[in-house]
Amino acid sequence: MPLDVYLNVAAAGVLTGLVYGLMALGLSVIFGVIRVVNFAHGEMMSIAMYLAVVLFAGLHLDPLVMLVPIAAVMFAFGYALQAGLINPFVTRPEHSQFLLVVAIALIIVNVLLIIFGPDARSVQTSYAYDSFALGPVIVDASKAYAAAAAIVFTVALFAFFRFTLVGKAIRACADNYTGALVVGLNVRRLYALTFGIGAACVGAAGAMMTLIVDVTPLIGPSYTLLAFVIVITGGLGSMPGALIGGILIGVTEAMAGLLFTPSAKSMFAFAILVVVLLFRPQGILGRRLT
Amino acid sequence: MLLMLLLAALLAAPWIVNDYLLTVLIVILYFAYTGQAWNIMMGFAGQLSLGHAIYVGLGAYVAAVLFTRFGIAPWLGFLAAIPVTAACGAVIGFLAFRFGVAGVYFAILTIAFAEFARIGFDHLDIVNASAGLFLPVAQYAHNDLWRLRGSPTMFYYVMLAAALAAFMLCRALLNSRMGYFWLAIREDEQAARAAGINTFRYKMYAVMISAAVTSFAGVFYAFFYNNLFPEQVFNISRSIEMILGPVIGGIGTLFGPVLGAFVLTGLAESVNSAMLALGFDLPGAKQVFYGICLLLVVVALPEGVWPWLARRIGVAEDKP
Repeated sequence: MPLDVYLNVAAAGVLTGLVYGLMALGLSVIFGVIRVVNFAHGEMMSIAMYLAVVLFAGLHLDPLVMLVPIAAVMFAFGYALQAGLINPFVTRPEHSQFLLVVAIALIIVNVLLIIFGPDARSVQTSYAYDSFALGPVIVDASKAYAAAAAIVFTVALFAFFRFTLVGKAIRACADNYTGALVVGLNVRRLYALTFGIGAACVGAAGAMMTLIVDVTPLIGPSYTLLAFVIVITGGLGSMPGALIGGILIGVTEAMAGLLFTPSAKSMFAFAILVVVLLFRPQGILGRRLT
Repeated sequence: MLLMLLLAALLAAPWIVNDYLLTVLIVILYFAYTGQAWNIMMGFAGQLSLGHAIYVGLGAYVAAVLFTRFGIAPWLGFLAAIPVTAACGAVIGFLAFRFGVAGVYFAILTIAFAEFARIGFDHLDIVNASAGLFLPVAQYAHNDLWRLRGSPTMFYYVMLAAALAAFMLCRALLNSRMGYFWLAIREDEQAARAAGINTFRYKMYAVMISAAVTSFAGVFYAFFYNNLFPEQVFNISRSIEMILGPVIGGIGTLFGPVLGAFVLTGLAESVNSAMLALGFDLPGAKQVFYGICLLLVVVALPEGVWPWLARRIGVAEDKP
């Protein structure tokens, strides 16, 4: 195969990977601060994807335009979930939290199944078949827009955590729970905010994903898993790590789809997970596990 | 006494209940069995596995391939499935425990392996890939226990025997030296290591034993349903279904998985029948119901139903 085929596929992988990265970033933020493993992450993304699909089918609203409102709805969803259900579990054993979120995930998947049925839905935008030529590389317009939006969203998130007071307070909670309580931070509210932010990330990623893949109620678990693979690969609790992991997994999947068969592509993502656990268990950018 | 009555009722069941209820009972016993097997890892040794479908699937495929290709009886197939699944468990355990991948990360690793197997088998031609593997359908007039071809009643007794055997095995394990080591690891791994327990080795034993025990459920699955699709047997929701019984019944208890299987499957089937009778046919409603049950139990009875019930009726298991 000529080189530019590889280049094209790699470019598509990088762009998809950026959207994956934003999705995984949500997971990383939630875990990094609240220490609760959001096992309903992919399921939350499928809610956002259905929101985008329904808004497009009903009102012809472009998912990229609806990205912010969908992220806002998911923020509210995440906030309510943490404040209402998950917060009492913050001090419970790990497996107890995990099972709670598994239950939430199970309910989300099957409620979506009851409402929308098992058929795949998609968004057909006017630019679905457009592309740009960058030298020898031809880039899918949908993917390029989605990736650009993912970058903007991520930069905004970095800025939020670095420069705003609330962002700093959330990082304080993550660094030292007791310390945050001692200095009088409202940890309950900050946790709910954090979960909301994580949900907003995955909501924005979901809106963009509708440009790239079809949505069915059953895709949730595989994206949950993908998000975990990305976060563990990139490094737990590292925000740039999530992005790098996303790009790595995106390119791997794209290459596997080219060289083997697209349906087997996630096997290669799992293979990367195993290799990372073997040789660098803390992830690419993670701090050493103790 | 209560136990004897229950056992007698279960033994007599095929003469009393109709075909539909018998199938439900088989499913209940199946989940009691797999719940017991899963409980060895999570309930005793404290290692959360969310990918137990991989052991069911491997057991099912090993036995089914041996049977359809070489005519080897399922019981011998089970003997072959034991080392295969134990080795698979050992690989997962080795990867995780050596590098301090614990808790939820371990759980994610187990899911990753199950998904890996699902996609792998979907592309593996020797087992007919995603087209599925079919066993020759049984003649119901003649029960052949050795080759597991026969009526639902025979399958019922096989599963009842298996569930009882798993119960006895777990009881024996729990009262053994290894069982105490496991509990120590579950409660506080660092303390267990400080007390001189080789935690790596005993966690490996837990995974391998649990995997090998689970594989029989796969053998049964293959011969009871006569068809195998990677998409179904390795599916992540199989792993989740498997853990619901022990979680609802009570993690780490002997009666928990049994009670959980009865409560959950019983309730789910009643809800299903009630909905059908009312003219609803909603795929997914059963899973929503499972989700709500899990949610309620995790929120209200984090220890599970059995420890709560046992205190109520005054037969609390003496916790070792």
